[in-house]
Amino acid sequence: MIKASAYTFKILRYDAQDPQSGPRFATYRINVIPGLTVLAVLNRIRDEIDGTLSFRSSCRSAVCGSCGMVINGKIDLACRTQVAAFATDTIILEPLPNFEVIRDLVVDMTPFWRMYEKIQPYLIRKSPVPEKEIPQSEAERLRIDQFVNCILCACCYGACPVLAREPDYVGPAAAAKLERFVLDSRDERPGEALEIVNDERGVWACDTVFRCIDACPKDVRPTDAIVGLRKSILKHRYNMMRGRVNHED
Amino acid sequence: MLLNTLYERAVAKGVKIYPEWFVTALCIEEGLCHGVVALDTQNGSLIPVRAKVTFFGTGGYGRVFQQSTNALINTGSGIGMAYTAGAPLKDMEFVQFHPTTLIGTNILMSEACRGEGAYLVNNQGERFMQRYVPTAMELAPRDIVSRCIQTEINEGRGFDHPLGKHVHLDLRHLGAKKILERLPGIRNISIDFLGIDPITDPIPIQPGQHYSMGGIDVNARCASEVRGFYAGGECSCVSVHGANRLGGNSLLETIVFGKLAAQAIDEDMTKSPLPLPDEKPLLRLKDEIEAKIRRLSEPGRGEKAYRIHAELGATMTEKVGVFRTRTELEEALQTLIGLKERYRKVGVSSAVRYMNYELINALEQEYMLEVAHTIILGAILREESRGAHFRLDFKTRNDQDWLKHTIARIGPDGAPAISFKEVVMTRYTPMERKY
Repeated sequence: MIKASAYTFKILRYDAQDPQSGPRFATYRINVIPGLTVLAVLNRIRDEIDGTLSFRSSCRSAVCGSCGMVINGKIDLACRTQVAAFATDTIILEPLPNFEVIRDLVVDMTPFWRMYEKIQPYLIRKSPVPEKEIPQSEAERLRIDQFVNCILCACCYGACPVLAREPDYVGPAAAAKLERFVLDSRDERPGEALEIVNDERGVWACDTVFRCIDACPKDVRPTDAIVGLRKSILKHRYNMMRGRVNHED
Repeated sequence: MLLNTLYERAVAKGVKIYPEWFVTALCIEEGLCHGVVALDTQNGSLIPVRAKVTFFGTGGYGRVFQQSTNALINTGSGIGMAYTAGAPLKDMEFVQFHPTTLIGTNILMSEACRGEGAYLVNNQGERFMQRYVPTAMELAPRDIVSRCIQTEINEGRGFDHPLGKHVHLDLRHLGAKKILERLPGIRNISIDFLGIDPITDPIPIQPGQHYSMGGIDVNARCASEVRGFYAGGECSCVSVHGANRLGGNSLLETIVFGKLAAQAIDEDMTKSPLPLPDEKPLLRLKDEIEAKIRRLSEPGRGEKAYRIHAELGATMTEKVGVFRTRTELEEALQTLIGLKERYRKVGVSSAVRYMNYELINALEQEYMLEVAHTIILGAILREESRGAHFRLDFKTRNDQDWLKHTIARIGPDGAPAISFKEVVMTRYTPMERKY
């Protein structure tokens, strides 16, 4: 329910190229109607009030993952958040945590992409590439379903308490992406490929406190992936010790 | 899903990606493409990119219309850049309108809804499709259903809402179980973006721009007439969709023509080496963009790009939309010419060049006006109704005079000059769709 005809928006402003001016909250009063999203308000502020406000957006329909931010303390996509969703008529917007801010709500995503590329986010095959597609049964597709839904918005990355203290941690999104391929019936990566995440900055760093699951706007459960990867690593280790490396795993 | 897989394959192949670079202009001189000028939005510098081959996969121009299912970034600026640089555009008047888009955001409420049995209902509680296409009802083609809904709204049988006039897409009779099992995405969108649960309430929908059939004129190898310049996907017009794309056929453009373009480029680069692009035209273009940005950042320029965008969008949706007439198209043309004039006074609040989205919007706005200009002119000239282009003053299809493409080129005075091109006939002779 809408709480008032005009809402107060407090937005954390900062310009990394002008650090002297320091982070500060800018306040805007905006008339609202039912159905209005936080992203629509941000666009209005930039258009009509303050052209210097910086934030990312693209699809406005929760599929591109550009507009992740902290909205009244909760990490979510601005596009799919209704202004009426809160028990207050004040909405506070802050950039995603665990990233360097470039300007206002825009963060530098470089570390996120670095981790994503590190885990080899693509099908790895040993068999020759077939002429046609590789079929997958419905059950096989279902195994990877939740991880396929990841839109790389980095909401989980921002919510992760491990990343707050260990910036080199692989993070929930990259782990979920790796598990998506490990579970894929068509993927043939060897067990050793999991060594990328088999250390104190990899899957063993996770506190399993499920903040990533809370933050995900697409109902992905990165913790499931991390637990799954831990099991796969142990299984591979066990097989190595017994001298039975099964490359089909 | 496609986007993720494409990105993943690019990572696998070691393709270098510049995620923060925004292309500001295409460089064509003497029939040869020399590359692009890009703005690095992270540090604000302008970068000339010299290239033997430039391929555009920049998407459609949905945001030229106020009501569009497209992403906010689908401004059509890539098409506008190609046109401004001298590449011809084809069939720009063919614009697809999807019948069922959520009011407010115009997010697509896919055909799956009607496929599962959803009803379209007006403010009389009537399933109005029975008056128009009783045989197909809600399952009639997109262009027809869009016109039916628009007629209901225009004749006062729609509903009013602060976010827009609409009719109802009613799923309730399908029951909670079926909605949750078969249409979970539709339900999530309705709840997240409008606060409406389709299990208990009908979804307010209206037609919205959905797909750009026209675009950069390319052949079946995705090559334009400019050496070294190729385009694929929605920004291009191979003309596989004619005047009316069928649902699912955009995949044809992305997947089939993506591959054909790659093969053609490979062939052109190896078999007959392309001439080396020249640095000078690129540096000249960079200076031009530099000057343009400086002008936009001058103090005291009172016009704002967002106002021009809003007026352009409203005009396009109202007068160049589902129904078209000469009178309204001429009005739209006058509005557009006025907006182009006003654009010359557009300014941005800050001269900072990094992460300055107001600046990017202003740069894109200029290209959007050009794209709109070609759409309107094509729509005025085409005095017939064909596919998604429906003229109330010329309601029938006229193959005698109009079985041909319109080609828009930027003229010496800066306005589009429209010429015509024969349609390539292959296995099937085009014929009128009958019910």
